[in-house]
Amino acid sequence: MLSFIIRRLLLIIPMALVVITLTWGLIRLAPGNFYENEKNLPAAVVENIKEKYGLNEPWYKQYGIMLWNTMRGDFGESVKYQGQSVNEIIARHFPYSATIGVLAYILALIIGLAAGIIAALKQNSAFDYGSMSLAMLGLSVPNFVLGPILVLVFSLWLYWFPTARLQSPAGLVLPVITLAGIYAAYIARLTRAGMLEVMRSDYIRTARAKGLDEKTVLLKHAIRGGLIPVVSFTGPALAALLAGTVVVEKVFAIPGLGNIFIQSIFNRDEPLILGIVAFLSILIMIFNLLVDISYAFLDPRIRYE
Amino acid sequence: MENRYGQTETVDQKSNSKKSILIAYLAFIVVLGVILYVSQSLESFSGIGLAVFLTFYFSTTALAFWLLRTNKTNSLWADAWKRLFKNKLAIFGLMVLWLTILFVAVGPSIIYWTTGFTYDFIPPTGNLVKSFPPSLQHPMGTDEQGRDLLARVLQGGRISLAVGLISTVVSLLIGVSYGAIAGYSGGRIDNFMMRIVDIVYAIPYILIVIVLLKVLSGENTPEFIKWLSIIFGGANNQGLSQIFLLFFALGLVSWLTMARVVRGQILSLKNQEFVMAARATGVSTFGIIFRHLVPNALGPVIVYATLTIPSVMLSEAFLSFLGLGVQAPYASWGSLAADGIKNIAVYPWQMIFPGVTMALTLFSLNFLGDGLRDALDPQTRKF
Repeated sequence: MLSFIIRRLLLIIPMALVVITLTWGLIRLAPGNFYENEKNLPAAVVENIKEKYGLNEPWYKQYGIMLWNTMRGDFGESVKYQGQSVNEIIARHFPYSATIGVLAYILALIIGLAAGIIAALKQNSAFDYGSMSLAMLGLSVPNFVLGPILVLVFSLWLYWFPTARLQSPAGLVLPVITLAGIYAAYIARLTRAGMLEVMRSDYIRTARAKGLDEKTVLLKHAIRGGLIPVVSFTGPALAALLAGTVVVEKVFAIPGLGNIFIQSIFNRDEPLILGIVAFLSILIMIFNLLVDISYAFLDPRIRYE
Repeated sequence: MENRYGQTETVDQKSNSKKSILIAYLAFIVVLGVILYVSQSLESFSGIGLAVFLTFYFSTTALAFWLLRTNKTNSLWADAWKRLFKNKLAIFGLMVLWLTILFVAVGPSIIYWTTGFTYDFIPPTGNLVKSFPPSLQHPMGTDEQGRDLLARVLQGGRISLAVGLISTVVSLLIGVSYGAIAGYSGGRIDNFMMRIVDIVYAIPYILIVIVLLKVLSGENTPEFIKWLSIIFGGANNQGLSQIFLLFFALGLVSWLTMARVVRGQILSLKNQEFVMAARATGVSTFGIIFRHLVPNALGPVIVYATLTIPSVMLSEAFLSFLGLGVQAPYASWGSLAADGIKNIAVYPWQMIFPGVTMALTLFSLNFLGDGLRDALDPQTRKF
């Protein structure tokens, strides 16, 4: 188990470097340059910019420098936000995304797991059909439609919550609900399917046959097996939630990482793009690893050598 | 025809060959109908085009029903159809989709003939910045330029449905070939190909789409995209070729999961006897992959393709929300809803109608996809 974890952790580094390389290649593939979007710059200024960002070097040298800086974790200064290092920008905006992301994740887990388990236990009941239709609706309403509708109803008509910005805890409610909706729907569907499959498996029949009461069967045996598909979904989902979602941040005017990332792509802010992509891909890989590790705890049949 | 175990069905050869001719004809009609429907997509409201579309649409539906009624064999597909028809929600989804396609195809022409409104007709009322609420004349109200919202929603439906269809076809072509080749090759090649999928997965798709759109726009647009937009929308349609580029770019980033699904299927199929038999009789590798393995993995592929359509439509809506997707005067459900958000406090109908239309369509597609999965994959079906 330990050697498995160490091997996977070591594998993250080359994988992240490949991702960074491809991202760098993609940015360089697009025609034009970040300084060409600006107003007519004097030739001397262009020359200075090129000098500062090392654009006069041959491409393989630029690539080498970029890769070396990435490995040291130093992405340099943002092009758009002059004088601020990429690491500072990420450190400043990540907490906003992380707060909303974690809260939404917890909310989605509570709703999704409860709805999914009850629906599976009372299969084909009114609750089952009702909650599953609601979940399907949650999957079908884009969150940039859900968010504004919530704002319309709860802020503009009922005056319960502020429309935007995070100045008070009440401001968290609408963005968290908007963000959690689609994930709760996914988790409910996955939980229900997983539980249904587990409930008719042999080991549950064995557990019942040896006389365990229904509560122990459910809580000690069924849930662990039924949650495996949920876990493999929620690992990457948590990474995506932490990274911030552009739509919710835009609709509720939250200065999170997702918005900064989209802006950096539009601005062609190469250091910032690379920094965020590196950060996100490492985050995703770590969560994938955590998912794989948790399999071993949930299902005793899974072993890693 | 081969069944799923690779045995050739010898019973009823004659009716089978008749059936396959009919199915080929059906497929031909569907393709023709879709092309005709999209080709009168934007500017034209000709009666002849509409009549041709309606003929094809209804005759296809009638043919499908007739085929289902006469199909008495107990093949995998016939069983699946029976199971699908027992699923009320899936049939509801199918009916809503059928009606959506009909409305979207017929609606704009009818509105044009009866009232003269089109998706980009701005009435010269002298009233500049005013969005009219829903009324008899404008059942969904107007946008702030005074354009009839119903006409825009129907017209936008053509683009939204086309996004779903075309991007899914692109992702199918790439994903199925890639996954099948990886799965059949096995060993190092498989490992290498799937690691590439992992890595592309880790790059945010929005970055790839934006770069693709930038690289391929303007003079660099591939010939076939220009060709497609000329066929579908008439010559000199710059905005349209941009939209087709978006379809293509979305397809290029959504094949990854399809490749994984297909690879998994191929892995479990490739050691079965019928593959060995095919190899023993000297079928080429290409033939084994695409004539023997892929058709047998079709069930999960169809299911996943049905579920790709709504997810691609959501991505398009998201890109339109960011201002990268469909631009005015063209419209898609996503871009209409995104435009409506800006005015939600004052003119809520601008967002609610396109948003709800889109949600309803996605809802139906998701239900249909779910029903298909239950029908085609008996192991995960409801019990």
